[in-house]
Amino acid sequence: MITLSPFYQELLVSLNRGLLMSLALIVPSAIGGVCIGISAGTLRVFGNRWVRRFGDGYAALFRGTPLVVQLFVFYFGLPNLGIYLSPYAAAVTAFILCSGAYQSEYIRGALLSIKKGQHFGAQALGFTTWQTIRWIIVPQAVRRAIHGCGNEIIYLIKYSSLAYIVTCMELTGEGKTIATEYFRFTEVFAIIGLYYLGLVTLAIFLLKKIEQRLYIPGFGR
Amino acid sequence: MITDTTPILRVDNITKCFGNACILKGASLTLRKGEIKVLIGPSGGGKSTLLQCINCLVFPDSGTIELDGEPIALSSKPDLYRLRQQVGMIFQDFNLFDHLSALNNITIALRKVKRKSKQEAEERARFELEQVGLGDKATLYPAQLSGGQKQRVAIARALAMDPKVLLLDEPTSALDPELIGEVISVIKNLATKGMTMIMATHQISLISTLADEILFMENGVIVEQGSPAELLAAGNLSKSQGFCDRLNDLSDGGC
Repeated sequence: MITLSPFYQELLVSLNRGLLMSLALIVPSAIGGVCIGISAGTLRVFGNRWVRRFGDGYAALFRGTPLVVQLFVFYFGLPNLGIYLSPYAAAVTAFILCSGAYQSEYIRGALLSIKKGQHFGAQALGFTTWQTIRWIIVPQAVRRAIHGCGNEIIYLIKYSSLAYIVTCMELTGEGKTIATEYFRFTEVFAIIGLYYLGLVTLAIFLLKKIEQRLYIPGFGR
Repeated sequence: MITDTTPILRVDNITKCFGNACILKGASLTLRKGEIKVLIGPSGGGKSTLLQCINCLVFPDSGTIELDGEPIALSSKPDLYRLRQQVGMIFQDFNLFDHLSALNNITIALRKVKRKSKQEAEERARFELEQVGLGDKATLYPAQLSGGQKQRVAIARALAMDPKVLLLDEPTSALDPELIGEVISVIKNLATKGMTMIMATHQISLISTLADEILFMENGVIVEQGSPAELLAAGNLSKSQGFCDRLNDLSDGGC
């Protein structure tokens, strides 16, 4: 049995703790981002003028500013308004809103690609506008958008590492602490990289499963 | 085959302009139960727009629509949804829902619009698929069906809603020649069952054999109307006759 040096023992304990925190950040952010993306994307296409403007404004704001700035605003800025978020809550909120803004763009593109005939077909059967969107248009758009949405989730896994700058100690943050303590940056960051590679590989596998689950002849592949 | 004399659908003086282009300039028609009217005429004459105005997929600028004696308030959404449920529509390019199987293309409207239970909707859908000869294709998706099969599913979907009137907008125009036959036989079958229909078509065999009345449309108005026997009589100088002669030149059918 190989015994690891104290450095590696400490590193792995820390990284595994960080990994759990990373997962706790990524999973709700990915799900929340997709939900916000579908809602915001749909409203940006089918909402009335004011709703569309509001949605466009949201996407422009969150796609147009750096994520670091958003994190700072949620963690250090909101207390000025009397709103105090924990580091974890601030990070998840920023990730959901940022990811949702990008996801809404994939959904919007997919919604606009659905042919007019699908609306006609549903309306001729007596569907209301809302029913047409809910049962006919969105299910098709989601299938067209799924590859882009998966891409955004993979990107989210990696930008979740920014949470440590608002003191939410996830994978990168835990690793960086050890690296500084022992002054061994190369090994630590190489191993962090492998952890992320593992996470992304897992995500790709799961996304593929979801794609297969949602597969319908005539949509992709 | 006219079985009743009360009008089931009355469309009066419909106009529709897109910008400066006026597609419909006051079209009127009255349809009795069991009656079949065929719209013919050159492309761009307003046939499709008239059909789309009848169930308000395109909003008419002016005019009135009366279904079963009740005028439809075009500004009232519930009225519109009720009208569309009772007036079925068949499109040139099918417009099946691409993400649903043949069966679910039919059940979705029964469940979401007519609020039927899943089981009831599926039973009805299977019955309608059998009627158009596609009982074995229930689980296939639109991408797996041929054009003729798609159009037959579209017809089954419309019929499952128990429409009082069926509007058919060039139902065979997007089909390969060898697939037209199966759709025509389904439509003829509907006619023998007494379905009330308005059909825009260039299909010569449908015009002469099915029409109780031919409406010839040109430049947004119905310029001629009458029975096929009248309009297509040998030696008649009607526009309809001339139009059918031209169609005949393109095909082998008899008009």
